[in-house]
Amino acid sequence: MSLFEVKNLRKNFGGLAVTNDVSLSLAPGDRLALIGPNGAGKTTFVNLVTGHLKPDGGSITLAGEDITGVKAMQRVQRGLVRSFQVTRLFADMTPQEHVALAILQRDGKSTRMFGRHDAMRQVVEEVGDILNLLGLSELAHLKVREIAYGQQRLLEIALAMALRPKVLLLDEPAAGVPQAETARIERALDMLPPDLAVLMIEHDMDLVFRFAKRVMVLAAGTVIFDGSPQDVTQDVAVREAYLGSYANAGSAA
Amino acid sequence: MTVLMNSTLPTRRRSLGTLIGIAVIIAASVIGYFLFPNNLALLTRIVATMLLVLSIDLVTGYCGVATLGHAALFGAGAYGAGIVSAHFGITEPLTMTLIGAVAGALAGLVSGLVILRAHGLPQLVLSIAVVHLFHEVANKASSWTGGSDGLSGITTDALLGLFEFDLWGRTAYVYGIVLLLIVFVLLRILVQSPFGMLARGVREDPVRVAAMGASVHSVMLRMYVISGAVAGIGGALNAISTQVVGLDSLSFTLSAEALVMLVLGGTGSLYGAMVGTVSFMWFEDVVSAANPFHWLTIVGALLIVVVLFAPKGLYGSAAAFLSRRRGGGK
Repeated sequence: MSLFEVKNLRKNFGGLAVTNDVSLSLAPGDRLALIGPNGAGKTTFVNLVTGHLKPDGGSITLAGEDITGVKAMQRVQRGLVRSFQVTRLFADMTPQEHVALAILQRDGKSTRMFGRHDAMRQVVEEVGDILNLLGLSELAHLKVREIAYGQQRLLEIALAMALRPKVLLLDEPAAGVPQAETARIERALDMLPPDLAVLMIEHDMDLVFRFAKRVMVLAAGTVIFDGSPQDVTQDVAVREAYLGSYANAGSAA
Repeated sequence: MTVLMNSTLPTRRRSLGTLIGIAVIIAASVIGYFLFPNNLALLTRIVATMLLVLSIDLVTGYCGVATLGHAALFGAGAYGAGIVSAHFGITEPLTMTLIGAVAGALAGLVSGLVILRAHGLPQLVLSIAVVHLFHEVANKASSWTGGSDGLSGITTDALLGLFEFDLWGRTAYVYGIVLLLIVFVLLRILVQSPFGMLARGVREDPVRVAAMGASVHSVMLRMYVISGAVAGIGGALNAISTQVVGLDSLSFTLSAEALVMLVLGGTGSLYGAMVGTVSFMWFEDVVSAANPFHWLTIVGALLIVVVLFAPKGLYGSAAAFLSRRRGGGK
């Protein structure tokens, strides 16, 4: 059964169809990668799905509920969580505070005006578990601006985990991370709960091929491919639109 | 597990910070009382202004809202407390203070609903518009407020039925210090609470806060109301201690000066707000007595020096320096 469903989503900017009848569905545990050349409409699609843009047509359903008209913030509360292409963290706060805030928000306790998060045993334990899982324990009390970018990317994943979403939208989780460190991001992604449905937007094709069970290719706002990672490099339309030399290299290998 | 064990450290440090803060406020108050026994009215005015600056810190320092109209909240508290005494015969000081807090909170709600609709420069302009509107309403409603002549006829009973508000201003000063201590402790609890952490998140990156599923607007509005209550207490203290409320208590000038005091001390820290107020008002008093013609120039020069060489403010820069020293020592 589908957990998350996008049907015939459309968005025009000044007569230009930036998102043109895009449909997709995710079941619990799905790992879907959405790829496409620059200008394909990926960012617009993310903004439509997360509620930051209003679609001109189509519908979005989460766990059986139509959320097309639901505000962005309420979509998060219903379990649709996103990470950012460029990290959006609180520079003067520690990883511990970040994860604690996400947990408190998830549990509806973030507006409590008394008590301290680091005196709440359950919160502290869960924060410890998540940071430990992602290898960030040593940095728990450093300010985010003092930690490396790759570690900040891991913290973005930690926040997503702490919110316990039903559907997670990962917007280029390895963007800006040195090649040598992408393995850590990959390991972190492997630790995401198995029943979580993940939609990943990514440029790094190695990461896509290792992570995704299914790949969709977007070009000029339209889905031109929906299938397995193995088949995507063989598809003629995709080669023309996007992969180019990478596909050739892949088939040669 | 490392996190679990280490987490008690910041908790203890923060509890110690609150205790040190209380001790410093009490010590400074006692020193002030004995050092300037004939100037207690000025010291009480500093305490009242400190409450206003603390209240600006809540929205500006903790939530990142730019405002040049915060005296509207202070003035609302002052007029609230003054009007119930002068027109309705409610002269019990604790009740007057409570009414001041409620009036300030209501003014905070109204201001917040208007100001928080914009961001950045338009927000700043809206805040100026709000304080001018409040000022004009108080000016026109002269039958209630006394208009440009100021609201007089404010009387107060003895505090707790025991301590008369004397001519030397001793009772008013002690009452002000007690109010400051109560507000300080409550604000320490607030800024360290999950809500305080959420507010800091709003200041640093509202988009990230929204992506966690929290309402940025709701956080800022709540903080505005709380900030209004704090400023209102300051206004009520001013009305009780001086027994008069003038239009200057909700002026743009007071708003701007209070913001300057906050920047001078350092934003985003309760200590910064208090240090900034004392430094500014003390400096202003000393310099204006020493050189009545050029004192504003000297105050301006001090501000330029602080902003250029200690952009985090007096307290903020000192705290950062000590933190670096501590870090370097490890």
